[in-house]
Amino acid sequence: MMTDHQILNRAQMAARVAQDIPGGWYCNLGIGIPTLIADHIPASREVVLHSENGILGMGPAPEPDQIDPWLINAGKQHVTLHPGGSFFHHADSFAMIRGGHIDLCVLGAFEVAENGDLANWATSAADAAPAVGGAMDLAVGAKRIWVVTEHVTKDGKSKLVERCSYPLTALGAVSRIYTNLAVVDVTPQGFVVREMVPGLTFEALQDRTAARLHLPENRNG
Amino acid sequence: MIDKRVGDLAAALEGVGDGATVMVGGFGSVGQPNALIEALIEQGARDLTIVANNAGAGRVGLARLMEAGRVRKIICSFPRSAGSVVFEELFKAGRLELEIVPQGTLAERIRAAGAGIPAFFTATGYGTRLGENKEVREFRGRHYILEESLPADVALVEAWRADRWGNCVYRKSGRNFNAIMATAAALTIVQTQHVAALGEIDPEAVVTPGIFVDRVVHVPYGDPQG
Repeated sequence: MMTDHQILNRAQMAARVAQDIPGGWYCNLGIGIPTLIADHIPASREVVLHSENGILGMGPAPEPDQIDPWLINAGKQHVTLHPGGSFFHHADSFAMIRGGHIDLCVLGAFEVAENGDLANWATSAADAAPAVGGAMDLAVGAKRIWVVTEHVTKDGKSKLVERCSYPLTALGAVSRIYTNLAVVDVTPQGFVVREMVPGLTFEALQDRTAARLHLPENRNG
Repeated sequence: MIDKRVGDLAAALEGVGDGATVMVGGFGSVGQPNALIEALIEQGARDLTIVANNAGAGRVGLARLMEAGRVRKIICSFPRSAGSVVFEELFKAGRLELEIVPQGTLAERIRAAGAGIPAFFTATGYGTRLGENKEVREFRGRHYILEESLPADVALVEAWRADRWGNCVYRKSGRNFNAIMATAAALTIVQTQHVAALGEIDPEAVVTPGIFVDRVVHVPYGDPQG
């Protein structure tokens, strides 16, 4: 099939999210594409990264000869600590999350509904032993939840839906979605398209989306 | 003289009974009280309920305890991870009961138990499968579910330094569940990399005050593997 528009790769999606994170925010980045966002925040912009297992001020992955075996992130990868960083236990870590102290959490998703419902922890009701980790706490606790994900699954199924079919992580949690095709806000009116990749039309985006998309009301030309 | 140090791992695990609820600290490879888990395997208690973030990896430590058929139930947030083969086998075979708890709710249930709080309301899990059949209350226009605290008979904890009163400090991301589990069990057993003289740990830096700790055993194993 001929493609006449750009499709962002994972690094480009991460870079696009990073553009919108201002200095001074405390952020938790989920596993997968969200983790890549850290690589695209310029060092001059002080964004403090939180990890569920008790780290604030998390830095990038270490050089192979600089690995500290006592310092891992929630994805169990080795990380570093910036000057000013701190360690704490799990109850304090989730007090930061549940208590609304984290400005932003970026998560991956299986589905996001037009009312902001998020499904990202279990793929079917029959999966009796899924791993929830901290996803539900983050989804209800952070001040804002953004999702970064491919617009459609490998099978071509839209991840933006009217109602989630997978088990829910949280109700009405998501405020913005960054996909490889667009930036979409979740509003009381539903999905509002803020941005599309060059060469993509609104109609073509709507064709790939299983819920109604809206244009911003104040959109100029 | 108060001296919570014990001479060896067998003495550290003495008296853990069949049917006990046992908390196991650690997150990923960091802060795992592996020597205490091995000693629990030797000790022989069975029909255990384990509280931990993960359900073991490979065939060592917690996974070996489970493989030996000594665990009846596991309460955790993230049973499936790279290498959780024993969990998969036992769970599929119907030989292991599982209670999935969101990680922050797990941490708060443990903290609450240590603080004498029998239950609390949280927004985590409301409207989801994990919130089903739980009491719902509305506070300030938002829905919350009731979660009960989670006390234990025994906590297995890994510290970086501890003294004979049981004061503990941890190392980097090794603090995780260790510091809260230490508060929530009737019998808290600490394995420590270093034993400090009394007064040697800066009082301002003590993370777990000795009141929460019952036994301290010296296990200088080095760095976490993996």
